[in-house]
Amino acid sequence: MDKVLPGIDEAVADIPDGAVIAVPGFFAAGVPRYLLRAIIKKGIRDLTLTCGCGPLLGAAEELKALVKNDQIKKVIDSYGLFRSATKGMQDPFEQAVRDGKIEFEVFPMGTMAERYRAGGAGIPAFFTPTGVGSVVEESIVTNIEANRVPKETRIIDGQKYVLEYALKPDYAFVHAIIGDREGNLRYAKTARNFNHVMATAARITIAEVENLVEPGQLDGDNIHTPGVYVRRMVKVPRPKFAITID
Amino acid sequence: MPKIMKFRGLSRELIALRVASELEDGTYANLGIGIPTLVSDWIEGRDITLQSEIGMLKTGPLATGDDINQDLINASCQAVTELPGSCYFDIAESFGMIRGGHIDVAVMGALQVNARGDYAGWSNPARGLFVGNIGGSMDLCAGARKLFIAMEHTTRDGEYKVVKELSYPATAMGKVNMLFTDLAVIEITPKGMVLKEVAPGLTAADVQSVTEPKLIVSKDLKEMSL
Repeated sequence: MDKVLPGIDEAVADIPDGAVIAVPGFFAAGVPRYLLRAIIKKGIRDLTLTCGCGPLLGAAEELKALVKNDQIKKVIDSYGLFRSATKGMQDPFEQAVRDGKIEFEVFPMGTMAERYRAGGAGIPAFFTPTGVGSVVEESIVTNIEANRVPKETRIIDGQKYVLEYALKPDYAFVHAIIGDREGNLRYAKTARNFNHVMATAARITIAEVENLVEPGQLDGDNIHTPGVYVRRMVKVPRPKFAITID
Repeated sequence: MPKIMKFRGLSRELIALRVASELEDGTYANLGIGIPTLVSDWIEGRDITLQSEIGMLKTGPLATGDDINQDLINASCQAVTELPGSCYFDIAESFGMIRGGHIDVAVMGALQVNARGDYAGWSNPARGLFVGNIGGSMDLCAGARKLFIAMEHTTRDGEYKVVKELSYPATAMGKVNMLFTDLAVIEITPKGMVLKEVAPGLTAADVQSVTEPKLIVSKDLKEMSL
């Protein structure tokens, strides 16, 4: 099945206000920058962006626009704030979090990874040792006090574990260095990070690819994301990132 | 908190060197942001494999000039290089590797450490936010076989960081094995904190004066060799 669409606007055309969208990327590496720009242009509002490790710090211009246009309702991430408290005070996203205008929910990074993996693999929840002994064990960690829902724990073989739930976003935006028309994808080096697990977890996965090839041109032994997980594809230029976080 | 006297100790680079010398050949290690990242400068040519939780094993030295590739960064968002035998994997695999007990040593920075091996590092309450950057820190605490902390012994304002009780939100409880600071090397044991080494020119009493919990001075106390 040929999944390639003529342009990026067609790829996001059906995304409604209030959509939950998975955004991969580890700071600057592997962020679907063109798809983010497409939803900025389309003006979709009340978005919940589920991340993994600070893709919106990597795509700082896109985040700035999303906040300025009041498009974000909620962000879920393990690392979403500037390291520097001084820079954070000047950051419109952090300001919106402080004011309670945007909800910011925080989980450990490995828990985020496993929430997507579970979501894509038919597992509704899982017990993990990560976060035991911290506030992560007690409740959802969020700036909105009313949403700090308590978490369940269980002792298994003498060790305490915390129950965390699978995450199944409506859409995942992924960025691959190469893909074929049927949706088989390969990522580049550390730009792989959250792209594959998010592609498996979402109801509709949209891939932006730097290079588009015909079926058969990728080595079947070296596919990172099999095409079954990918619904739509668009060809994009290679993005340019500054490799830095503050 | 009372202001305490400050001593001139090791530079951040030399704290990292002391940590590096504690890593045995054959170790798989993960380095956190801050002083821990500097450890990588001291292990070139040694048989120590760095795991970056972004999804890389055998992370090489920092990249410069034409070697910089935006698709090849470490978990501190620095451009890095490959080594012969480097490999890449996705994030669920990476954290499975971490939680599953396959990483020998994690080296992390900290805001506070106590004598039971609890530590705080993910959130400074002074910032006035309930949320913060957890990143991979809690997963590494849960899964690494050993946890080393590398940090300055006191705050810039001269307050205790080695404390009786954490006043900042905990990252993990009872997980820290060794503490490396600009002033000392301390092992955390079931009996408490054992002072093993002091920075050149300092005494055990000097280190105790800037440490809130009572230190057990090792019979083999020595000056750090660098």
